[in-house]
Amino acid sequence: MPEGLITVAYIVSGVLFILSLRGLSNQETAKRGNLYGAAGMIIAVLATILGGRVGSLGTLMLVMLVGGGIGLFAARRVAMTAMPELVAILHSFVGAAAVLVGIVSHLESAHISGTELLIHEIEIVLGVFIGAYTFTGSVIAFLKLRGSIGGKPLTLPFRHYLDLSLVLISVLFGVWFVNGAAEEQLMYLLFIIGIAGLLGIHMIMGIGGADMPVVVSMLNSYSGWAAASAGFMLSNDLLIITGALVGSSGAILSYIMCRGMNRSFISVIAGGFGVAEGTVAVVSKEDEGKEAQATSAEETADYLRSAKQVIVVPGYGMAVAQAQHIVHEITKNLRNGNVSVKFAIHPVAGRLPGHMNVLLAEANLPYDIVFEMDEINSEFKATDVVLVIGANDIVNPGALDDESSPIFGMPVLEVWDAKTVIVLKRTMATGYSGVGNPLYFRGNTWMLFGDAKESLNKVSALLN
Amino acid sequence: MMIIGVLKEIHPGERRVAMAPSVVKQQCLKNAHSVLLEQGAGVIANFTDDQYEDSGAEIVETAYQVWERADVILKIRPPEENPETGDHEADLLRKDACLICLLNPGLNSDLLQMLAKTGGTAIAVDQIPRISRAQSMDVLSSMANISGYRAITEAAHHFGRLFNGQITAAGRIPPAKVLVIGAGVAGLSAVGSAQSLGAIVRAFDTRSSVREEIQSMGAEYLEMNFEEDGSGIGGYAKTMSKEFIDAEMKLFAEQAKEVNIIITTAAIPGKKSPILITKEMVESMIPGSVIVDMAAEGGGNCELTQPGETCVHKKVTIIGLTDLPSRLPTQASQLFSNNTAKLIQHLSQDGKLKLDLEDEITGAITVVHDGKVIWDPNKVKAVVEKPVQPVTQEPLSKEVAAPPTVKETKNGTGLKVLAWTMAAVFAGLIGFGGSSEFLSHITVFVLACFVGFMVVWNVSPALHTPLMSVTNAISGIIVIGGMIHLSGEQFLLPAIAVLIATINIVGGFMVTHRMLEMFRK
Repeated sequence: MPEGLITVAYIVSGVLFILSLRGLSNQETAKRGNLYGAAGMIIAVLATILGGRVGSLGTLMLVMLVGGGIGLFAARRVAMTAMPELVAILHSFVGAAAVLVGIVSHLESAHISGTELLIHEIEIVLGVFIGAYTFTGSVIAFLKLRGSIGGKPLTLPFRHYLDLSLVLISVLFGVWFVNGAAEEQLMYLLFIIGIAGLLGIHMIMGIGGADMPVVVSMLNSYSGWAAASAGFMLSNDLLIITGALVGSSGAILSYIMCRGMNRSFISVIAGGFGVAEGTVAVVSKEDEGKEAQATSAEETADYLRSAKQVIVVPGYGMAVAQAQHIVHEITKNLRNGNVSVKFAIHPVAGRLPGHMNVLLAEANLPYDIVFEMDEINSEFKATDVVLVIGANDIVNPGALDDESSPIFGMPVLEVWDAKTVIVLKRTMATGYSGVGNPLYFRGNTWMLFGDAKESLNKVSALLN
Repeated sequence: MMIIGVLKEIHPGERRVAMAPSVVKQQCLKNAHSVLLEQGAGVIANFTDDQYEDSGAEIVETAYQVWERADVILKIRPPEENPETGDHEADLLRKDACLICLLNPGLNSDLLQMLAKTGGTAIAVDQIPRISRAQSMDVLSSMANISGYRAITEAAHHFGRLFNGQITAAGRIPPAKVLVIGAGVAGLSAVGSAQSLGAIVRAFDTRSSVREEIQSMGAEYLEMNFEEDGSGIGGYAKTMSKEFIDAEMKLFAEQAKEVNIIITTAAIPGKKSPILITKEMVESMIPGSVIVDMAAEGGGNCELTQPGETCVHKKVTIIGLTDLPSRLPTQASQLFSNNTAKLIQHLSQDGKLKLDLEDEITGAITVVHDGKVIWDPNKVKAVVEKPVQPVTQEPLSKEVAAPPTVKETKNGTGLKVLAWTMAAVFAGLIGFGGSSEFLSHITVFVLACFVGFMVVWNVSPALHTPLMSVTNAISGIIVIGGMIHLSGEQFLLPAIAVLIATINIVGGFMVTHRMLEMFRK
């Protein structure tokens, strides 16, 4: 296959990738978008094989079959509640692959010289740095999301200086790598990989669980940049295009998530949010001594049955309790009884952008009754019952009216405007941000304590 | 228990009636009251006497009988002199009876005195406070809602064109552009009606808190680059500073040249309406345009409005009708009677009227009691609205002098930040003195970044997770890096790279597919 044809094939697959992202802009075209992406990938891989640039085809086939099998298995088996973990671990693979490609690319750079070699070596340093950071960072994010590591941010003393010095050391090693003798270069490169890996571990360890949507989308962005830098190393435009697409997509998602929390990207990445640093008031003074009013499953069922409009606000707690199916049961039941049921999704509900939408879709809920925050916030006033399932910070009125609150200014779902708010929660403990929620002490708020799934099962049975 | 009397309206042109048959039924059967109705009271509103009789009302021949027998007398318009009999309605009120109607106490102090002389009680339904508890009794909101709809249909009637845009075999029809000034109940109702007729609707309000409501109805919120919020007490807009008004007028002048229909709703209760549309603005409008001035009762928002009339000035029709709700009499009567039924229920205890003047609602609406006028114009309490977010972040100082412009409400901050970062990186790398091949890669890279940004901004938030997993799969393209090196002397490392990248590709696409399968309508 001539070189020109390969280039054309690469252009085609680049265009297919763009169409793929474009297709995901709405539900109707999303499936087609996914197919475009897969088609682009197949074309790219075939063109590379047919280009005769792959030596041992047998090995390639074997390796790809094994890899594909593992991928298929993982994709089939993963529970929708575990999507954040899967996405995180897949990011780590891209990071690792970028590191490996970087090392190999260095080992085979004998034929380049002069300025080109200089640029090539800088590209390698950047590539392995981003790759290694993405790899370890994603692994930590994966472990945090699985709960293997606690969600609390790790706050070492002088951690910002620590991060900064790690970056500076890598730059130093980078300079040595570029200027160093051939036999020492590999060692320097491995050092850079090690330091970038440490940096990834430390930075992600320092970010609290509530910021995970930003972390995951940020790592998504980095995995794209890693692929793009591999493209620079290999002078391969397709890799550059694809990497840039993925990188900017992840960057936008991070931006959207940050806006959802009214925080700057830097403050999220710098981490440390959500720890009691002495200043965080757990319960504001007004609420001290106030008792939250508890309710029962029976009362909840009565409230729901007599309502005209119900809005459900799901949070991470719904995912943890795996309560989405029973939520659907209740929704069906209420809709049959001519109760209008809507869902309100906060941009940062859950641990992944759009996480709640996926869970509700898994439970077969029609997506046209699921609304974004901006669409539905004005409707709470006309709503009889709001059911808050395992959400905390995203329904905190303190974000709007309490300037001392650490989450002041974050846009929230204004559930308290409804006639009745029922909050399903295990205990009175605070959310990930560690901030007390004055919502629980409002006159129209009732707490239904207990595991969300069990409570809802009872409610559902009563509704029948 | 109580006798509720319903009078026939004597105001010329008034078509509504204070109680609809369905509410008569409710009052008679559910609340065990009896209803006394003046003959023919509902005829113009399309409610016949037979319908009333079937619902349980007793029909009497003259208004005098109603005034003599009823404990509670319901009507719509304030009492006035009957030209046929020469009696003034206010004189007919009995000492132990209660009149419930629109009274507009701010403008009718003589009338209040007349009512006070009778020793009876008068309740002004237009004084119901705008609090959520009283929403179901808020007659003004109900009427405003109907007026907003009627304003659009009146405009459509006088407008020589279609509202919606169409592409027909005979050519393209552009949609009409409608500007609604003031997004209270009437304004929002006009926005909704114009929107459903297919027009392009823009709305303006001094209260930035209504912005979401405007946008939720699909209309465009016209924004001024000016920081002052007009939320006043009791849910009404307050009077703005001079600079603000100048800026506002400039905006209207710009819009007047462009839009086909202007609906103004800026009425201040009990005061003269502010002039928002000047003669020059009217003359700058496209011939055939229509202005509906819903504030005509208070003099009008347009300089040329003639209250109660429809006039044409230089090919622009100016509708100053003051009886908009009365032009949809059936529906208006129905809503009025629903509201007053709720009100009577609020005012009565054990089936008898019992006024608790300490109550926030009762206190505000009872204007005449025990021979005294007890209306206090300052009684409308401040209702605390939710915290107001500033329209723009710019400091106020300089913005006051600067002319405001219509600002697009799109969020481009993210893009801007990216663009600058990219520019910096790009420039830095060029400074490095890269080879031409390298520069061409950079070009590709930068363009791809922009394409990525443009495409991804349109992704709906519900699809963020699938987007992430599909981009994840796509970033598995790094497999090519491994494949290319598989040919060289290195073997193990590229093989591992290919392995994990393949997991990524297959896993990513498959899981995306699985997720998307689940989304259904």
